[in-house]
Amino acid sequence: MELTTVWFLLVAVLFTGYFILEGFDFGVGMLLPVLGRDDRQRRVLINTIGPVWDGNEVWLITAGGAMFAAFPEWYATLFSGFYLPLLLILLALIARGVAFEYRHKRPEAAWKRRWDQAIFWGSAIPAVLWGVAFANIFRGVPLDADHEYVGGLVDLLNPYALLGGLTTLGLFLTHGAVFLALKTTGDIRERAGALAVKLGVGTAVAAVAFLSWTLTIRSSAAAVVFAVGAALALLGGLAAAKVRREGWAFTGTAVAIALAVATLFAALFPNVMPSTLDAAGTLTATNAASTPYTLKIMTWVAVVFTPIVLAYQGWTYWVFRRRIGVQNIPQH
Amino acid sequence: MDALDVARWQFGVTTVYHFLFVPLTIGLSVLVAILQTMWHRTGNERYLKLTKFYGKLFLINFAMGVVTGIVQEFQFGMNWSDYSRFVGDIFGAPLAIEALVAFFLESTFIGLWIFGWDRLPKRLHLAAIWAAAIGTNLSAYFILAANSFMQNPVGFRINPESGRAELTDFVAVLTNKVALVTFPHTLAGAFLVAGSLMVTVGLWHVMRNRDSADTGAYRFATKLGSWVVLISSALVVLTGDIQGKIMTEVQPMKMAAAEGLYTTESPASFSVLTVGSLDGSRELFAIKIPYLLSFLGTGDPNGTVQGINDLQAQYASQYGPGNYAPIIPVTYWSFRFMIAFGLAAAAIALLVLWSQRKGRTPTSKWLLRAGLVMPVLPLLANSFGWIFTEMGRQPWIVFGEMLTRDGVSRSVSLTEVLTSFTAFTLIYAVLAVVEFKLLVRYARAGVPDVTPDDDTDDTDDAERPLAFAY
Repeated sequence: MELTTVWFLLVAVLFTGYFILEGFDFGVGMLLPVLGRDDRQRRVLINTIGPVWDGNEVWLITAGGAMFAAFPEWYATLFSGFYLPLLLILLALIARGVAFEYRHKRPEAAWKRRWDQAIFWGSAIPAVLWGVAFANIFRGVPLDADHEYVGGLVDLLNPYALLGGLTTLGLFLTHGAVFLALKTTGDIRERAGALAVKLGVGTAVAAVAFLSWTLTIRSSAAAVVFAVGAALALLGGLAAAKVRREGWAFTGTAVAIALAVATLFAALFPNVMPSTLDAAGTLTATNAASTPYTLKIMTWVAVVFTPIVLAYQGWTYWVFRRRIGVQNIPQH
Repeated sequence: MDALDVARWQFGVTTVYHFLFVPLTIGLSVLVAILQTMWHRTGNERYLKLTKFYGKLFLINFAMGVVTGIVQEFQFGMNWSDYSRFVGDIFGAPLAIEALVAFFLESTFIGLWIFGWDRLPKRLHLAAIWAAAIGTNLSAYFILAANSFMQNPVGFRINPESGRAELTDFVAVLTNKVALVTFPHTLAGAFLVAGSLMVTVGLWHVMRNRDSADTGAYRFATKLGSWVVLISSALVVLTGDIQGKIMTEVQPMKMAAAEGLYTTESPASFSVLTVGSLDGSRELFAIKIPYLLSFLGTGDPNGTVQGINDLQAQYASQYGPGNYAPIIPVTYWSFRFMIAFGLAAAAIALLVLWSQRKGRTPTSKWLLRAGLVMPVLPLLANSFGWIFTEMGRQPWIVFGEMLTRDGVSRSVSLTEVLTSFTAFTLIYAVLAVVEFKLLVRYARAGVPDVTPDDDTDDTDDAERPLAFAY
């Protein structure tokens, strides 16, 4: 396999990992005002992701870094072209990250309420905008022959991209609810499980519509298989949630997210960012790539360190595998 | 004002701001790990209290470092996309490695450390803080290797077809001599900040709560912090001296700009301060130390230091017409402020140690005041150091290879970059106030009570409160 293909796959895997992991973080953040009826309950929700959210976010930093190292043209065009959406995502992630750490540092209700809002909006904004961004990457945007983005903000807010944003919003909400049902006890667990099913039905409609539209834009055999698999996994996850098989439900929504992302990447390949203007402006895994020498070095680094990272991150989830409930929340 | 200017201001503001939190993260992670190791070895509760106390301050600061760091990685692509296209083949690799090798380690094990007090065996829990500290310090190496390429590009060639820089020798990039000396210089600077914070908080408690049962712990922290400051300031000077010599060799214009030296001199003197304009035309008053600049730059008191005018002429013939000198007052004063603020912190550390000699308790109001401003001094030194090294490289974004103005994103409008600059500045200003107040609040609160290990607790695991919760 060409190294450019390997790195296309790796970037896809990193973003997939990011959406699965931070996907439920975003879901938990958005469900904070819905499922957390008082401060103690809200603390339960936050603490289900407390030990892991930061490590989950590093998937994004690694995905960005990998894109920069392996496909500098892609990184440069994407990040400068999607300037304002990425700015909003950054501001959201800043407010949200600080909120987790600072929320419990003062006892005043007003203080906590403000950080709760930061967590909610800091989760909701990226949950929508990542869908908008990836739908646009896939659909294509106006790029000139120098690969410079020549569109404006309105070009990014097309109906297909907005449906993409709605889909990621729904997927992350459902995924978060399922995660909460898996990680909590008592009342929160019950309500999270019931909510997951309700949210999941709406999400399934949006996801099926989005993936069908996707396959009409461009398609491949693998993409069709992935899209069908994503829909089945989501439905399977919902069925499992309904009968309170929470582990299976979580597996279902995680696989659904993975296959939905895989659908986009599979149908996109070998392009990485098509141009809607000039065919010469289209970025591909070949013309956006670094030199074979850089890719070779990066491949070695990835081969050595990725398993190590997966091992200790997986172990962290094992350490904090226990469900928590209001009875586990200390006074301070 | 155009998009380029605003993009530069944004990079400057967000980077200096990010680096207010980085030194504390780098230094305090190690100091907290050392304190916890001492507790582990001796079983003395005093060290456990200090671990938890400084650990809390560390975490308040850590969160800010993390979230402002994401901006840094995105900003290269968002605002400097033509730079990213030009150097991506080289510059992206250390960034990706930094994330994969260092950030995962840091963030995962910080989570384990914060929440793992009762979940992990003691020894593993101790290992977690060390892993996080190692991750933090490793990250500094990779990002400095990337920055050093901008100062002294090595291990690459320019592809004649695409006009882009391409990596030819990755080992050369990682062992860039600028990186090898900047790494210890930056770490030492970071420990200067961390040690200072330790002193400030400890000293305040020593002097304010004289009869507290924990005075012994605070005294210990004050002394440890002071020694860290003294040792790291010595290391800062030592590594800074080597840096000066390398800088004279690879970026002679930056060395000339540090002194505002217009004509080549041998020997060259170093001015402690200059009154008057720094454009080389007139100088009202200056305190000069003969031979010092020659010594700093070359190691030989009679060595030749090239002047700005000669270098300008040389670069103009080499790179074509243009102004190749940085803004001299900025480089001149940032260089001096860096040194002065760093030395001031060391001087206060010395005073603090002296005031506590043979078990004495300091009483001087002035010492307390000096102690309270202490952490600000090395923070300023760090900021001015970065301002010097980055502004001293101008007009280049990659020295000798690409001008800053050619690196900016062409597709980002003035309105867009003004929007982001305003948004970052506002949110950063608000968070700075919030963070500072929290640090003060928790620093005042003092060391926590620690409950001795209770293995006889037979409550059901599922019912027991978490040792720590957000």
